This record gives sequence, C-alpha cells and structure tokens, in this order.
Amino acid sequence: MNSFITNNDGIVLKYVVGNDDFSIVGEVSSKIKNVLKQLNIDNKLIRRVSIATYEAEVNVAIHSLGGYIEVTITENEIKIKIRDNGPGIKDTKLAMEKGYSTASNKARELGFGAGMGLPNMKRCSDEFKIESKFGEYTELNMKFIK
Amino acid sequence: MAKYWHSVTLEPDYCNGCTHCLDGCPTEAIRIVNGKAKIIDERCIDCGECLKVCPYHAKGALSDSLDILKKFKYTVALPAISLYGQFSIGYDLNKVLNTFLHLGFDDVYDVGYAAEILSDYQKKVIKEDDKLHISTYCPAITRLIQIRYQDLIDNIVKLESPMEVAARLMRKKIMKEKNFKSEEIGIFYISQCPAKITSARVPIGIEKSCVDGSLAIDKLYTKIIKLYDEIEVEKDILKSSSKGYNWGRVGGQSFSMGIDNYIAVDGIAEVISVLDNIEMGKLPKLNFFEGYACVGGCVGGPLNVENSFVAKNRIRKLSQVAKEKNDIVLSDYPKEIIEWNQEIKGSDVMKLDNDFNKAIKKMAKIEKIFQKLPKINCGACGAPTCHAFAEDIVKGKTTIDKCVVLNNKKRRKTNESI
Ligand SMILES: Nc1ncnc2c1ncn2[C@@H]1O[C@H](COP(=O)(O)OP(=O)(O)OP(=O)(O)O)[C@@H](O)[C@H]1O
Ligand code: SF4
Ligand code: SF4
Ligand SMILES: [Mg+2]
Repeated sequence: MNSFITNNDGIVLKYVVGNDDFSIVGEVSSKIKNVLKQLNIDNKLIRRVSIATYEAEVNVAIHSLGGYIEVTITENEIKIKIRDNGPGIKDTKLAMEKGYSTASNKARELGFGAGMGLPNMKRCSDEFKIESKFGEYTELNMKFIK
Repeated sequence: MAKYWHSVTLEPDYCNGCTHCLDGCPTEAIRIVNGKAKIIDERCIDCGECLKVCPYHAKGALSDSLDILKKFKYTVALPAISLYGQFSIGYDLNKVLNTFLHLGFDDVYDVGYAAEILSDYQKKVIKEDDKLHISTYCPAITRLIQIRYQDLIDNIVKLESPMEVAARLMRKKIMKEKNFKSEEIGIFYISQCPAKITSARVPIGIEKSCVDGSLAIDKLYTKIIKLYDEIEVEKDILKSSSKGYNWGRVGGQSFSMGIDNYIAVDGIAEVISVLDNIEMGKLPKLNFFEGYACVGGCVGGPLNVENSFVAKNRIRKLSQVAKEKNDIVLSDYPKEIIEWNQEIKGSDVMKLDNDFNKAIKKMAKIEKIFQKLPKINCGACGAPTCHAFAEDIVKGKTTIDKCVVLNNKKRRKTNESI
C-alpha cells in the first residue's frame, strides 16, 4: 500500500500501478482483495470488486504509462478510482464496446486483448464512469453498493 | 471432540527458534514465542509445509501406532493410493497390500478402487452444472479455502474422499458378512500426510469419519519391505485400474474423469496463486479445479518415503500398464455413501473484526504501526512479516519492543547522544 488515510466515514487506500512489468500485474488487485476480506465485507461483493479492479489494473499496465488505484471503503459502499498518466482514449464509447481492443501482439500472447475488460468492469459495478482526454489521462470511477 | 485438533505438531525440545518455518506457512499460522515455534491452531490447515522445511525435524505428524489394532476385534487397512508409488517397478503391488495382513490387519481394501467410483460420480456431478467445481480431495486445500477463499466455498464439490468411501463400504460389508458390530471394527488409513490424518479425526462436511485412526506410511515402510520378501500372497486385494492409480498424482482426477476444461495445480504457493486468479475472474470458463498442497500431488505427501518426482513417474507408468476398466455401476453407490451432508462454513480467523467499524479502526492502527516498522520481514520478532507483526500488536498478542531492528536504531541513537 502506498498510502492509507482514515477519516470519519472509513478508509482510503492508494496504490501505484506501474506499466513495465507484466509479471506483477494483479498484485494490487490481490492486495485490495485481502484488505476487503479482513474487513469482513460480503464475499459476493468482494468478488465483484476484485474482478473489476483486476481488469482496471491490467488496462493501466498494458495500455497506459502507469497510474494509481484509489479505494475508498465506507460503511455503505466501496468506491474505486483508477487514474493513469495517459496516453488516454480517443473514443471512449468505442472502447466500451464488447470486443474492441488495441492490445499488442505481446499482450494477446499473454491472454489479454479480448476487448472485454471495460464491459466487465461496467457489468460488475453498480455505477461506472469513464473519462479520458486523449494525450493526457484516463480516469475510471466505479461504485459498489454494499 | 475439541474444535481444533491437528496432526502437525511441534516438538519444543528440538525447535531451535530458527524461523525457517515462518515463511512458508500459507496462513501465517506460526509465531516464534520465547525462542520456540508455536502453531496457531485455528489457522493451521495441516499442509505440512513447516514440517518439510524444518532442519531440526522439530515438527512431526501425530499418528497412531500398530498397538491400536488390539482395541478392535476386526481391523482393516486402507493404504493411501500414493503408497503405490513408493516401490520400484517390478514390485507386485498385490503382494505389497498382502503384507498388511501380516502387520496385524484382518483385511485390506484398495483405496484406488474407491477413487474409481468417485471418478465416475464426480464426473456426473461436474457434467450436470457447468460452473466451476473445486475438488476437495486434498483437505489442506479445502481448509485453505475456508480460511482464505470464502467466496469459493460454493464451488466446492461436496463429495467424500476415496479414503472415507472405502471405509464406509468396508464397514458395511464386514458388519453384514462377518456379523461384527460397528464398534468392534477398526478401520485405519495408511497415510501419506498429516492433512488426511486430521480429516479422519476432525472431518469436513460430515459429522464423524468412518475411519478410526491413521498410521503413517514412513513408519511402516521398512516393515512392509521386509515382510514382502517373507510372505506368500493370500488374497487378491488390488483392484485398481489406471483410473484409480492416477489419483496419486496431480492431474489424475481430471484424467480419470476424462474431462477437458480443468486446471490441475500442485504446491501450496501455486495453488494460492491460481485461486487468486480465479477470484479475480481470470479463468472464467473453468469447469474443474484440482489443487494439491504437495508438489506432484499426494505422491509428494510428507509422510511418503520416496522422492515425489520418482513416485509420480511410477504412478504414471502403472496407470499406462493397468489400462482402464469401466466396471462400476453408479447406482450401487447411494448418495449417503459418497456425498457430504453438512454445510461448509468459512472461518473468521483472517478477519480483523466482525463489526465493520471496529475492523476499520483496527486496520488503521495496524497501518500506523506498520509504517514505523522496517518492512524487511526478518522474522526476528517471531512473526512471519512486519505486517503480521503489526497485526499481532493490535490484537494484543505481542509488543513493539520485540522488533530488534527498531531497538537497534534506538540504541544507536542513544549511544550517539552519549
Ligand atoms: N487505461 C487505458 N489507457 C489507454 N487506453 C485504454 C485504457 N484502458 C482501455 N483502453 C483502450 O480500450 C480498449 C478496450 O479495453 P478493454 O479493457 O475493454 O479491452 P482490452 O484491454 O483490449 O482486452 P481485455 O481487457 O479483454 O484483455 C483497449 O484495447 C485500449 O485500446
Ligand atoms: S502445517 Fe501448514 S498451515 Fe499448519 S503451521 Fe505448518 S505450514 Fe502452517
Ligand atoms: S496433496 Fe495429498 S498428500 Fe499433500 S496434503 Fe494434500 S492430501 Fe495430503
Ligand atoms: Mg483490458
């Protein structure tokens, strides 16, 4: 964990995600999952959060220049924010389509690139927002209601 | 029966407090307290990792001795399938099974045959529902799931092990054919691992096991080898075909069921990594998962005597030679004999608190302490990682002055100021 803040409502955890090491993709999602388990959060909810965070982490690692994942856990909900340092997405509506992918051959060899990541995130979360400025950043905000 | 009973135990006289065992424990169940390793009962899954790495052989597996046979009028041996990998090719395995009749048992049953029944039964269960089914053959993995992967509990295949099925079949048969009462019959597993010994005592999924005790393979091995040269074969005991033998090695269940969409994983660290992947949705279309705490599958069980790779190779060869028989009629084996009848519950040991707000507060405290720690996971405090140490402090189980690195720093500072 790269930072940990508590406030009146709950806690905020922040993790840096790099873009250069395929072998550790999934580590951050795994850590988040373990935190949720320690907090006695419902298993089905943990499952949804885990799948969505994992897909987001992979996207940051393979499509972006790196970024961070911020998790806010309160009594009633879990919020996940993923923000990276670009290159951004030209057409977010297109990116959201099932099967759309620009993954490299290397990524495809590793089993990524089905174009299902973003649709899966949307399916797993209760609220989903994608925002991107081409050449600058991509930011996802997901909410999971307990 | 106590809530926790473990076959894996520690002999404090031999323990050197060396911290070798701390790292490998998959549930962070070990602490060094006052220079001796201690196992936290509610966390231990009896995987035997600590036993394998201890350089002083301070850890062992509690098992029964042959003396226990005297307590019963009629006794049966159920040798683990991986026993078949403990003898070089050329040994007559039926004769090996016959040696048990000379060790004091009245009868022997080939557990491999029970595995064949289960192969067909499990295949039927899996084919009926295309969700993920997780094998419960390795009890250490089932317990790991109860502790660390509770959202996968619903995916567990609620079937008995070949050991239990064999015990049930034999008990019924002896009561009927030989007119013994149930309490007069003693059925014993000849075990390759502490996890199986524990599950015969404190089973998962059923109230009471039909197995009365377990003897360790390594303690009987020399006796078996000696008897092998002395005895004549009295009975045809061996019934396994390739399907039965294969349960002794990783991938064997899937092979025996003839299914395609499976993953077979051996070694506790790899199992953890794959279960993590499953939880994160990386293997969405998987139909069957067979995981083993030991490298190679049960041939790698810590109470076996042979190198696990050598034993695994023998099992492979045996199954090639033995061909496949398909003589099992599933309707002969009712649900009561094969299936679990109790709910599988998750364990709370990894949770900080059942109350969310309290858990959050504890987590905040843990993080605050953790930030102060050196984060080098040296183990000198007795906990496996600095994070586990911080957790123990908040749980009131230890104090921060046990951190030698912090203490050294403090000492250096005071020295400098002097
Ligand atoms: N963080 C990001 N930065 C830049 N582009 C992105 C980012 N996330 C997604 N994209 C773009 O959106 C496309 C679709 O993403 P999505 O996660 O749905 O599929 P994928 O990553 O290509 O394949 P899969 O997730 O199935 O392995 C990507 O191929 C990529 O072009
Ligand atoms: S048997 Fe396994 S779970 Fe139990 S203390 Fe040893 S390493 Fe840990
Ligand atoms: S893999 Fe087999 S031998 Fe090893 S712990 Fe599990 S059941 Fe026992
Ligand atoms: Mg993706």
